[in-house]
Amino acid sequence: MKELFELFLAFARIGGLTFGGGYAMLPMLQREVVENKGWATEEELMDYYAVGQCVPGVIAVNTAVFVGSKVKGFAGAVAASLGVISPSIVIIVAIAAFIQSFSDLPVVQNAFAGIRVGVCVLILTSVIKLFKKAVIDKFTFALFAIVFGLSIFTDISPILFVLIAAVGGILVHILKGGDGK
Amino acid sequence: MIYIQLFLEFLKVGLFTVGGGLASLPFLEDIAENTGWFTTKQLADMVAISESTPGPIGINMATYVGFTAAGIPGALLASIGFIIPSIIIVSIVSRFLKKFSENKYVKGAFYGLRAVSVALICSALVSVLKISVINIPLFKETGAIFDLISMPGIILGAVCWFVLKKKNPHPVVILGISAAAGIVFGFLGLI
Repeated sequence: MKELFELFLAFARIGGLTFGGGYAMLPMLQREVVENKGWATEEELMDYYAVGQCVPGVIAVNTAVFVGSKVKGFAGAVAASLGVISPSIVIIVAIAAFIQSFSDLPVVQNAFAGIRVGVCVLILTSVIKLFKKAVIDKFTFALFAIVFGLSIFTDISPILFVLIAAVGGILVHILKGGDGK
Repeated sequence: MIYIQLFLEFLKVGLFTVGGGLASLPFLEDIAENTGWFTTKQLADMVAISESTPGPIGINMATYVGFTAAGIPGALLASIGFIIPSIIIVSIVSRFLKKFSENKYVKGAFYGLRAVSVALICSALVSVLKISVINIPLFKETGAIFDLISMPGIILGAVCWFVLKKKNPHPVVILGISAAAGIVFGFLGLI
């Protein structure tokens, strides 16, 4: 029980002190998980982190589940992942409630009109980074172009694209010899 | 029953989001269109706030969407629904970690998934552009190119881009600049 509580608290600290999502979390993880608690080695943590990006879900939660289940099985996984999300829930609910009550003010509306432009730029820079890692040959470029076009001009569910991409990726990868990139 | 529907929607988002929090954006947009719980404009504001507060962006967005749709219970249900697929899948994968990451089917699937993930985020970007910089309805009405693209928007976007490239500041700095510019544009009657 004590260990579960410690997992929850450690990951709550990690969640509450990381700005900017999964990639910014690594230094915090190293300090809490490897140095302070000794729950995993540096190498194990890097594996968790790498594989955490290759399974569905958010990297931070996936890494929390890896560490939690190593320390205390399924209960540990639940404790760690609830820990990592709880600061978000508290902070976002507070901000959302605050903004809701001021959202009719013209000044707030204008601020958000500006912020939406900033959001475009932030998303664009993320997209460029991801594009360089993901679009590496003719097949991935074709996949990118087709899905981008279809999702702008049609109402097809993104779920369908994800399923087709997984199956298509497996087929092409195996046809090419399957040694991977 | 909105609570059950919200929970189920986020189970789906958690299961199909691949490649970090921002990748959930296209799915959230899909929810906005299908349910009417929130608008695309609100979603863009949620992205801004999720990027500038602590915590994983995906979880922040799930919490925000849940709260907007159904208050505090909604916030809890959305974020818990979102992480359940992760907990189950990662618990299973952690038993044979090495085999998983070297498996050719897994490698192949992610070879395709990463490209689609970028494409979907790109199309989400287009939707945010449509509510901030590009005004297609007005353009269709007047046919003037100046009505298609908002000049203050383009200038602000260029400034943000320049600051990001030169100084690489925290996203909250970019959003602060944008908010201030929005207020100034408002005072000048430009937006």
